[in-house]
Amino acid sequence: MSEEEILFQQRIDAELKVEPKDWMPEKYRQNLIRQISQHAHSEVIGMQPEGNWITRAPTLHRKSILLAKIQDEGGHGLYLYSAAETLGISREELVQALHSGAAKYASIFNYPALTWADMGAIGWLVDGAAIVNQISLQRTSYGPYARSMVRICKEESFHQRQGYHIMMVLMQGSQEQQAMAQDALDRFWWPSLMMFGPHDAESANSTQSMKWKIKRKSNDELRQKFIDQSVKQAEVIGLKIPDPALKWNKAREHYDFGKIDWDEFARVIKGDGPCNRQRLQHHIRTHNEGAWVRDAVAAYEAKHKKQPTRAA
Amino acid sequence: MKLYEVFIRSRRGLDHKHTGSLLADSPEQALEYARDIYTRRSEGVSIWVVSSADIIASQETDCESFYDPHDDKPYRHAAHYQLPDEVNSM
Ligand SMILES: [Fe+2]
Ligand SMILES: [Fe+2]
Repeated sequence: MSEEEILFQQRIDAELKVEPKDWMPEKYRQNLIRQISQHAHSEVIGMQPEGNWITRAPTLHRKSILLAKIQDEGGHGLYLYSAAETLGISREELVQALHSGAAKYASIFNYPALTWADMGAIGWLVDGAAIVNQISLQRTSYGPYARSMVRICKEESFHQRQGYHIMMVLMQGSQEQQAMAQDALDRFWWPSLMMFGPHDAESANSTQSMKWKIKRKSNDELRQKFIDQSVKQAEVIGLKIPDPALKWNKAREHYDFGKIDWDEFARVIKGDGPCNRQRLQHHIRTHNEGAWVRDAVAAYEAKHKKQPTRAA
Repeated sequence: MKLYEVFIRSRRGLDHKHTGSLLADSPEQALEYARDIYTRRSEGVSIWVVSSADIIASQETDCESFYDPHDDKPYRHAAHYQLPDEVNSM
C-alpha cells in the first residue's frame, strides 16, 4: 500500500467521510461510480412499472399520490447522478453504460406491474426494501453519496406508507380485492428479498466495499432486517407471506426463511426477466426522443457564450 | 472589490453552510480572507467562496409560484397515511 492509501484507509477507519476533492484510490472511485450509478438507474427505471398505472389509478386521489411518488423517484435519480458526477464521470457516460448493459439496475424492476394491488406491493415491499438499504447507506464513506441518502430517506417515508395503505384498503374490501392483494404479495415477495443481492459468501464486491465502508451492512443482515419487519406488517392486515419455511427462531431472535431461487435472480440480472428488454428499450426510446431538449439547451448555452449577459 | 459569499463545512460529511460575506479582489484572495475572518477557531475543514453576483436567488415575492402548490398536496407527507398502531413506525 502506498502512503496515500494508508492515510486514506486510516481516515475511513476513523469514520471520516471522503469528499470529492480528496485523494482516493482509483478502485474506490470506480467502485463508487458503479454502485451510485446502479442506484441512480434503479430510481429512474423504477418509474416505469408505476408509470404504467397512472392512467388507471382507481381514484383521482390515488392518481395524485402515484404521480407525486414517481416524481420523487425521478428526483432521487437526479440526486444520485449528480453525486456520481462529483467523481469525474459525465451524465452521458452514465446513461450510455445503462443503454449498453454495462451498468445494471435493481432486478426487481424487470417484473411487470399487472394489477392495482401491485402498486401497493411495490410501495410497501420494494420501497420498503430500498429504505432498509438506504438507511444503512446514510453512513456510507463517500460524503456526497451519504448526504443524498439522507435526503432520499426523508422523502421515502411516504412511499412505503402509501403502498401499505393500498394493501390495507384492499384487504378491507371484497374477497376479490383481498385475493388481488395476496396475489401481488405472492409475486413480489421473493423478488423483493433478492433486491439485497446474493448471500454474503457469494457476493463478489462485498469485502472490499465493507473495508472501504461504502457498504455498511452485509446483504444478509439487511435482508434479515427486512424480513423481520415485514412479517408483522403482513399479519396486521391479514396477508400471508408466501414462504412455508418462515418461522420465528427464538435462539437467533430472527425469522428463519426458505430458500431463495438464485437461478431466477441470475436469469433476471442477465437480461432474461419478464420485462428486461421492454424497460431498457423504453429508456432508450425516451432518451432519444428527448434529444431535442438537450440540443436546445446546448444551443442556448452557445448563444450566451457569444454574447455574455454579465461582465465576467 | 467584489462581494463574496462564504460557505464552510464544519466537519467531514456535512454540507457546506453559509457563514457570511466579505469583500475581495479575486476568488483566491476571498478564500484567504475567509480563512482569516471566519475560521479563527477551527470552525471547519473546507471553505467555499462564491461571487455574490453569481448567485441566482428566488425572491420572497415569488413565494407563491415556488411553494404555494405544495399546500394542497398533504399526501406527500408520511403522516397523511393512517396505519394501524402496530405498524405505524413504518
Ligand atoms: Fe427512491
Ligand atoms: Fe421510493
